[in-house]
Amino acid sequence: MQLDRDLLCEAYRRMATIRAFEERVGADSLAGLIPGFVHLYVGGEASAVGVCMNLKDGDWIGSNHRGHGHCIAKGCDVRGMMLEIYGKEGGLCGGKGGSMHIADLDKGMLGANGIVGGSPPLAVGAALSAKCLRNNGVAVAFLGDGASNQGTTAEALNMAVVLKVPVVFVIENNGYGEFTAASYHSAGVDLATRAAGFGLPSTKVDGKDFFAVYDAAQDAIEKARKYLQPSVLEVSVNRWHGHFTGDPQPYRSADELAAVRRQDPLLIFRKKVTEAGLLSKEQLDDIDKNASTFIDRNAKEAIAASVPDAQALLTDVYVSY
Amino acid sequence: MPKKSMRTAINEAMRLEMRRDPTVILLGEDVAGGRGGTAELEDAVGGVLGVTKGLYREFGPERVIDTPITESAIMGAAAGAAVTGLRPIAELMFVDFMGVCFDQIFNQAAKFRYMFGGKAKTPLVVRAMSGAGLRAGAQHSQSLHSIFTHIPGLKVVVPSDPYDAKGLLIQAIRDDDPVIFLEHKAMYDLEGEVPDGAYTIPFGEANILREGDDVTIVALARMVHVSMEAAKKLQENGIKATVIDPRTTSPLDEQTILESVENTGRLVVVDEANPRCSFATDIAALVADKAFNHLRAPIQLVTAPHTPVPFAPNLEDAYIPNTTQVIAAVLKVMQHDRNRAA
Repeated sequence: MQLDRDLLCEAYRRMATIRAFEERVGADSLAGLIPGFVHLYVGGEASAVGVCMNLKDGDWIGSNHRGHGHCIAKGCDVRGMMLEIYGKEGGLCGGKGGSMHIADLDKGMLGANGIVGGSPPLAVGAALSAKCLRNNGVAVAFLGDGASNQGTTAEALNMAVVLKVPVVFVIENNGYGEFTAASYHSAGVDLATRAAGFGLPSTKVDGKDFFAVYDAAQDAIEKARKYLQPSVLEVSVNRWHGHFTGDPQPYRSADELAAVRRQDPLLIFRKKVTEAGLLSKEQLDDIDKNASTFIDRNAKEAIAASVPDAQALLTDVYVSY
Repeated sequence: MPKKSMRTAINEAMRLEMRRDPTVILLGEDVAGGRGGTAELEDAVGGVLGVTKGLYREFGPERVIDTPITESAIMGAAAGAAVTGLRPIAELMFVDFMGVCFDQIFNQAAKFRYMFGGKAKTPLVVRAMSGAGLRAGAQHSQSLHSIFTHIPGLKVVVPSDPYDAKGLLIQAIRDDDPVIFLEHKAMYDLEGEVPDGAYTIPFGEANILREGDDVTIVALARMVHVSMEAAKKLQENGIKATVIDPRTTSPLDEQTILESVENTGRLVVVDEANPRCSFATDIAALVADKAFNHLRAPIQLVTAPHTPVPFAPNLEDAYIPNTTQVIAAVLKVMQHDRNRAA
């Protein structure tokens, strides 16, 4: 546990913000206040934050359907995210992207992605930029167990080795690709082992434990940054909610659903830092309370905000045409 | 002005831009070529048809990047690099291979700017060989410009001669949007006058190759030459044709086409692509919509049939639209008036 208290507070603040954000967005989605689908990241907080606490603004991440947590962990503007998801003016993408396409290039966030397996090749490209521009940057692709079966993922792993670019593939294995369990959809459920076939180092880590993720990601990111060594990090996480809000998850047993909630990454973090005497319960409660107030305020603003100007339909297709 | 082949013109465009701008890189299958083999090469191969010859020697492995034969990773890496500070030229080799990697082109690169609310710039050029005539069979011979043209966010360039190819490719490399640049593989040895230095040709500006008051022929790439030959023969019979090469199908120079049809009243579109939902039908719809009152005859389309490209030389030759077909179509639109008058 090498983090100082400020960084611990920051890590917990990001995790608590993701939790509050997702619980609010989930509720508002079910209440019909959000157009379309949202795919909630609850249960994965320690993964996104554990990885992104090791990244700088100039580093890049590519993400997936379940991207809100990655955005917040990477420092995207939360108010802009809320406005975007609610389809409002002032959203990070002007209301033209939505939940599955939130991006914030100024923060090194290359976009959530509506295509399963969409971002691993893009992350290889961002890493290629870092290498060619010699800016010491790294790229991280977040993908799920479902995407690990896509051809693009295999192609990206191979390409990363061939081009020797600074990229880390973070496979968040939540055990389900949409409604289908990894035990069914993946030949050999040990996804990290596949990396060995490409000569890529890989690590498996418990994604409920922020510190385990942080340490493993630090090692992987440092090797990418210093030695242009790509690698794979398989992070086991739990998906608390359905594939999207409104998915009643008939395919998961009540026992399983109860069990995942007993492995709360935020509570595990709290226990570790309080037992080690690093942060007090009051400090952590304060962070929770602030996150909740912050999200509540932004959600209310987003609900009240105006919709994008109708003219926006036709703009931003090209830089010039 | 020096005479150069299409191959040399395209090579020069890349070479000049790579010299000018260090963020321009080239990646794809065998763009260097021959790396890792057992023989010592004096220079890399430079692509299956030699279009990138010499670039590896000048710019080295950091900027002329050979990739595995994994088109999704090539296009995805190029898109990811483009949106993070490089200006990649990604070679797809045969355009038919878009089937392997279309997601990275049309769901990712083409949509970044719009999906991200205008904040992304994706200065990516995808170069690919297009067209039939080399006995390469159904998966190496297609003309797929219509499919790319359908996608908002992409620009599509289909040059017909070396001068245009060089100027349009330099424009494509300097352009801040994703550009699909299609090189007809049967035209690489076609020669024409090409200046040594860099120059650009703006997108969306058609080239009028010849002007005549009787009929407007709109054609792309190799079909421009087929149409010019037809126009020459028609001239001998007293029929004067305007031949327009739009050069880019997205953006499209609608005005030049419409103005010409307003003058001639007759339109023949010649395209090597398959006919359904195509460039040819698009031009026909444009003219039917915006110049209907000027039309003196039904629009004629001369295209490949609704079939894959066949292998056997006699069948492939029958697949590709030819001068005889263009002349027949022109005579048909000319005849229409006379029939009506009679």
